[in-house]
This record gives sequence, C-alpha cells and structure tokens, in this order.
Amino acid sequence: MTAETTLKPRMVGQAIKRREDPQLITGRGNYVDDIKLTGMTHAAILRSPYAHANIKSIDTSKAAAHPGVVAVFTGADMLDINPLPYAWQAAGVPNNANGPRALAHEAVHFVGEGVAVVIAEDRYIARDALDLIEVDYEPLDVVVDAEEATQPGAVQLHENAPNNIVFEWQCGDKAKADDAMAKADMIVKERIINQRLIPTPMETRGCIGHYNGGTDEYTLWMTSQAPHVHKLVLAAFVMGIPEHKIRCIAPNVGGAFGAKIFMYSDYPLVLWASKRIGRPVKYMEDRSENYKQTTHGRDHITDVELGVMKDGKVVGMRVHTYANMGAYLSTASGGIPTTLYGRIITGVYDIPAAHCLVKGVYTNTAMVDAYRGAGRPEASYMIERMMDRAAVELNMDPADIRRKNFIQPDQFPYHNAVGLLPYDSGNYEPALDRALEMAGYANFRQQQAEARKQGKYLGLGISSYVEICGVAPTAWVMSEGWGAGLWESANVKVQLTGKVTVFTGTMPHGQGVETTFAQIVADELGVGYDDVDIKYGDTANTPMGYGTYGSRSLVVGGSAMKKSLDKIKEKAKRIAAHLLEANPADMEFADGKAFVKGSPDRAKTIAEIAAAAAVGANLPPGEEPFLDATSYYDPPNCTFPFGTHICIVEVDPDTGRVDLKRYIAVDDCGPQINPLIVEGQIHGGIAQGLAQAMYERAVYDENGQLISGTLMDYAIPTAAMVPHIETDYTVTPSPANPLGVKGAGEAGTIASAQAVMNAVIDALAPFGVKHMQMPATPENVWKTIHSK
Amino acid sequence: MTAITVTVNGKQHHSEVEPRTLLVHYLREHLNLTGTHIGCDTSQCGACVVHVNGESVKSCTMLAVQADGANVTTIEGLAHNGQLHPVQEGFWEKHGLQCGYCTTGFIMAAADLLQKNPHPTDDEIRHGMEGNLCRCTGYENIVRAIRYASEKMAAK
Repeated sequence: MTAETTLKPRMVGQAIKRREDPQLITGRGNYVDDIKLTGMTHAAILRSPYAHANIKSIDTSKAAAHPGVVAVFTGADMLDINPLPYAWQAAGVPNNANGPRALAHEAVHFVGEGVAVVIAEDRYIARDALDLIEVDYEPLDVVVDAEEATQPGAVQLHENAPNNIVFEWQCGDKAKADDAMAKADMIVKERIINQRLIPTPMETRGCIGHYNGGTDEYTLWMTSQAPHVHKLVLAAFVMGIPEHKIRCIAPNVGGAFGAKIFMYSDYPLVLWASKRIGRPVKYMEDRSENYKQTTHGRDHITDVELGVMKDGKVVGMRVHTYANMGAYLSTASGGIPTTLYGRIITGVYDIPAAHCLVKGVYTNTAMVDAYRGAGRPEASYMIERMMDRAAVELNMDPADIRRKNFIQPDQFPYHNAVGLLPYDSGNYEPALDRALEMAGYANFRQQQAEARKQGKYLGLGISSYVEICGVAPTAWVMSEGWGAGLWESANVKVQLTGKVTVFTGTMPHGQGVETTFAQIVADELGVGYDDVDIKYGDTANTPMGYGTYGSRSLVVGGSAMKKSLDKIKEKAKRIAAHLLEANPADMEFADGKAFVKGSPDRAKTIAEIAAAAAVGANLPPGEEPFLDATSYYDPPNCTFPFGTHICIVEVDPDTGRVDLKRYIAVDDCGPQINPLIVEGQIHGGIAQGLAQAMYERAVYDENGQLISGTLMDYAIPTAAMVPHIETDYTVTPSPANPLGVKGAGEAGTIASAQAVMNAVIDALAPFGVKHMQMPATPENVWKTIHSK
Repeated sequence: MTAITVTVNGKQHHSEVEPRTLLVHYLREHLNLTGTHIGCDTSQCGACVVHVNGESVKSCTMLAVQADGANVTTIEGLAHNGQLHPVQEGFWEKHGLQCGYCTTGFIMAAADLLQKNPHPTDDEIRHGMEGNLCRCTGYENIVRAIRYASEKMAAK
C-alpha cells in the first residue's frame, strides 16, 4: 500500500483533451450508417398511421413486384421471432407485461408500430415500395393519457392488463407516512406533471444484420449502449440463437441518453431477414421514425403531499404517480418509475416517513423507458418543487428550508424512508453554500425587490439534488426486479513490447472513456498514456459487461479495470522477484517498476516484466506466461452524487418570455479523473434538464398522433436557447468503489429542470403563482399569469 | 439517371445519379465521404453541413444535380496537409464534442461563420450556430471552441 500511496499521479486529475476526438473532427468516425457490406440491402418499414387498430389484411404483392425490391415481409412471416422481453419488471408485484413483436401481428397499439418491411437494393427504392403496400385497418378507440387509461370505460390495450394497469408498486411505510401527515402542522399538496420527452440523440437508431450461412453465425452492427446485453437478449429470449453464434458490434455511437440500451423490433428483424434473403440488411431510422418508435422518457402525473412543521421541518411525504409506460413494456421500463424513482423521492432530505404508490399504465403511445437520469429527474423535480412550495407557505427562505432538512454528514451511510440502499457518502451544505455564493444570494432578494418596483420580474431557483449512480449491486438490482447482473468487466493485457490494451465491457458513446481509462492505466502501471489503448463495443473480443448508462462506466467498469490493474501489479511483482532473486513478499510496485522494498535500484520495469512474461522462458514455478488479467467487479453499493444548482431568470409578464440570465452548477461526483470531461458531462446534462423546463414536450393528440413528431415540432434547444453555464465542485469520495468516484453523466439532467422552474415560479410570485407545469414556454407562462 | 460533374475536396468526380438524389446521399453513398452525417429529415439539425462554392449548405436540402459544376468541401477536405483547420483544433482543445455525430456539421458551419465574421461575440456565435443541433455538449464548449478558433485565426 505504501508504494501505491506514494505513487505520484501524473495523468489522473488532469484536464487533458480527448483521444477520441481526432477521428471525429476529421470525419473519420465510423457510425453504423457509414458501414457498407458487400451485397448489402436496405430495409424500410411501413409504420401504422393509427394508434390503435386491428389489421384486417395486408397486400404486399405490388411492392414485392417493384423493380429493385428483394423481399417484403409482414408480421405473419416472422412469428418465430418472440415478442421482445421485459428485462426489468416492477419488483414484488404482478406485471401484466406485453412486449412488441418484430412486426405487428393482427393489431397495432401505437402510431409508428411496424407492420411490414421492404428490403431493396437501395434505400430510395425501399421507401418507394412502402407506398405500394395496402393495409386494411379497423381503427379502435385510443387513449394516450395514463390517468384516463385507468378510468372505467377507457379502451383496453391488452387482454392481460385490466384498466390498462401494468403494475401497482409501492415503497415506504404507508401507515407511518399517514401518521406523520396527521401530526404535521401543515400539508402542502400539488399535482406535478413531468411531461413526456424524446431523448433525441443526434444519430438515430439503426443496425445491419448479417447471417453467414457457411458458419451459421449472426453478426449485428448496431447503435447500442449495451452490445453484450443485446446479444444475450437476442440469443436467449428473442430469436433462440445459440449465444456463441451471435456477435454484436457497436461502432461509434452518436449519442444515446438511454434510448439505445433497449431491445427494439428492428434488431431481430434485420437478422431474421438476412437469413431469409442470404444478404446483409441495413435499417436506419429517419428522425420521424425515431420519434415515433424509439423509446420516450418521463411522462408522470403525480399527486404529492408534504407534511411540514411550522419551523420548516418536513416530517412526512405521500406520493401517488401514474407512470405512462406506452403501448408495451420496454426492456428496462419497469425499473424506472419504481426503483429509480420511488426509492429516492425524499431526495437530500432526512424525511422520516414517506410512501410512494406508482401505477404503471399502458396507453396508445410510444414505449417509455430510461432517458438520461431515468426516474431520478422525476423524483428530484418533485421534491425540489415541493420544498419551494412549502417554503412559500411558511414564508421561509428556500435555502433555509433545505438546510433545515438536509441529511447531515454524520448520518452517512444514510437509510432513507423508502427503502433505497444506504446513501454512500455526502455533505450537502457546502455545495449549497458555494452555489449561493456564486449566485450572489446575499444580495439577490434585495435586487429582486428593487427590480419588481421597476416592473422587472427576477426569479432565483435552487435545486439541491442527490442521485443514484453506478447502478449495480447485482443482488440488489435483481431483488428490485432487474433480470440479470449489473457488474462490469475488464481485461488488461500488457503486451510483449510493454504496450497496454484494455478490453472493457462498457460501451462509451461520447463519455470519453477511452481517455479517462487510459489516464488511470498510465498512472497505475507507470506506462506512457499513449502506450495504452482502450477497446470496447465488439462482443467477440470484449468480456461480458452490461454497458454504459446510469453513470456507471467509470464507477463500475473503471473499478473492474482497477481490479485487473492490481492483479497485474501483483503478478509483475512475483515475476520481478524471480528475475531479481528476491523474496516476493519484499516487492513493491510504483512508478512503472517492481522493486525490492528499501532497494529501489533492484528493480524491473513493467516493460521488462511484460517481455519476460510474454516470452515465458524464465518464470517463477507455476506462474503462467503473459502479463494479463481479467476482472469482474460487482460493487457493494451504488454511488450517490449530489450538489446544488441555481438558475436566475427574468420573466416578461407581457409576453411570458423567460430570459435565462445565469445558470450555476456545483456538483460533487467524487474525485475527478478528467475535469474537462466531467465539466462537459455536466454542461450537456444541464442543457437537457433545462430544455425540459423551458422547451421540450412530446405531444400526442386525442387520436394518438404524435404532434411533436419531427425536429421542426419538438424543441431541441439551439446554442442561442441555452445560457452560459458556471460550474464548480466539491469532492466527497465514495467508499463504494476503489476509485472513490461517483459518476457524472446524469447529474446535470437530474438537477436542472427544477432549478429553472423554481426560478420561473419565484419570479411569478407577485402574480400569486405557486406552481406551474413545464415547459415554461411564453404561452404557458402568460396563461399562468393571467389565470390568477 | 443524370450525369454530373462535381469537384469535392479538390477532386473532380463524374457521376451518374438519379435526379432525386440528395447531395448528402451522393456524398455518403456514391463518394463514400461518410463524415457528413444525417440527423433529421426536416433540415433542422445541421449534421450534414458542407461548403458549396465556399458557402455552408445543409446537404440534405440540395439535390446532387444542383451541385453539378460546383466546388464542394466536406469535413474530409477541411484540414490541409495534415494541419487541422483552427475550428477543428478548437473543438479538440475545448472539448467541443462528445459523441461526435453533430460535430462535423458544426465545424463546417463554424468555419463559414468565421469567414463572414472573424471576431464574433459569444452571442453572435450562439446565434450564428442556430442551424445546428447538438444534444451532448450543452453548447458551452462549442462556443469556447469557436472562440478559440477565432482567436487563433486572428493571431495568424
């Protein structure tokens, strides 16, 4: 240990620029749609224009006869492909689960559901031929709102789900919460709608299926955050392919934000079709298809009550949520509004009694699953809105009510009232203090009062958040309904020439894992940063891992790599001891050398040891050649990053326009491997949460048509719509992993929507506004002012 | 099929294309220049921006036949003699990209912006890039990247 603690970090902690970038800034990236295979065909999918209908007949004859068309298939042709499975169901309660098929058979349940596929020589011909397919639909009634779907008389989507209920799940102690509410001085209630969002990675989803009849092997190139999981699910559940006969490859992936974790109909479809026609099949969504059929996020209708004492202490909380799951249950969707939402509704506060009931509901809409933050933004938005709501009722400063209720540093590990794993570590007040200092809070209220006199409406919103990251402990996630493990893996090889290759089971797609992992390896092994290569994405040469989401690549995957690096150092010490004729127990490893304790000159460099290990002619008895190690790491706990964000706005009451004047973020993700990358993650996360507060809303009309169905209609913010972001950090290491890291990918999104909305509502206080629903568009703000 | 002659990144190409072929598909599918990306179907995202006769153009809004006789520069042709364009350098230095998918379009659009306005304010950069969407960066580092490029070009 002493040698390691004296090891001087050379790379870890440095804001070095990314090694991923040179290929990406010169147009030499390799995304799925950039790949061409010999003989490759192109698929186009005919999608239902109805949100709910029976399919009476499909006539594909004209399309099949169209020049350049190779084949046309419908759902009836591919009944040997199983419905897509639901790998995460709400735990401990019945789940009336239904998965979509590769193509719809007999009925469709949302606009955009695939009903037929054309495979053609090029994508233009494939699209032409779609127009020649005739489908006779019998339209049925439609329901798009989760609460309405549970009411008597609502149309039923699936026979096994009465009242369209997928599950009714609860956490916390209802009797205790009821008792606490009865004793509270005041109950603050609100209906909070967390509107549906569309993840919108700039690259849509796509895939290329290739079946090799000579070897009976399937290869799938895909836009995936989790190629090993896709491989496993395709093999074991969807297609019944022996697992060793399928390989999934994720090349560069152009953003994902959760939406590329899941199993989608087109993946088995292209594999199946490739086997049928004997040629590779490519399918690439266009943006309109992406909006209609790739998973959406959020969509909660929540009634929340907070029991508060006169001094501001929150004593109880009751939550009832309708979670819109869409038309079917997507891969991980059951866990999002349950474990990742219900179990963290109390946020950063020591609320002794709480209860949360969640009804998962089918509607005639696209499936809803994890979108950046996944459950935690919904929880954080709700509790942070309610803390402000309570502060207003008590005429208390919003910073003071937070301080009053914060979980204190000496309470960690902290068990909350809704049954989450213990919060690992935290110190919430310094982050709040720093954010308030940056915002100039000491003077803000006076400025606000003066501005109001001049007819200017300033508002300041505080958001103190905590999230669940490094989502893992396998036994825990399985007890919460997830159907597999969530450990991670890494194989580290020190090659004969001393160069290092790491094969990780994670699947970065913008997070900079190649850079951060190489920084760690360089320091741990004392090798040059440029002598380290990080490989991922191909199930044929990387060890099994569960992928990149839940801010877990570094926390879980990086820890697996750290474990392998430790094993390599141990082996290096044994081999060096043998070469130096020293006692292995006397060896230490530091600065790229194994040396005899107290005699640093008696040393072998890692390159010398690697060469000796790779040649293998002179090794300790029983020692295997080659310096490599594979590790699987399953952490004992999740991590719980936290922080405080503050937004300052000015609202023009005449137009309802909100001007984002300042945005301040103080985050604590533990020690940072690369501060440049951490800041980038925070920026991007904030933009997405802020966009929910200000601009974005997926809208279905009463017929189930997606009104916000293109980038023309769905308001992804441009550079001019996002403010300058000011960042700072506190550092509280996690005891839950050997790197002490907590994860940073989702923090910004989890923190930001409520910072903005609290600011807007604060600005509107003179108009008697205590709550309004997102997004704070000019129309919505104007109507809110004028409804008072 | 229609015969066209297009100079792309300094190299002349004689091609036969369907009249309806979009310029972006011509570049990607016919010429294998896959650095130009497609992110939408309504000309909002800007992932497909290239330069046509020196002006930035969304190559999904133009037919290949309209580029007949034109001089097109794509991301693959922006660096000269292995020397990155200052905008490329800026994106790398300032962590102006994460997944990289929108990046090539941003770089092409920003290079054009700086030709027209060599010393933009941050506000002018933000408004100047309104035709491009990025979902990863929150734009903060894209603004820094373009500012870096502007300063670097001014220093030359």
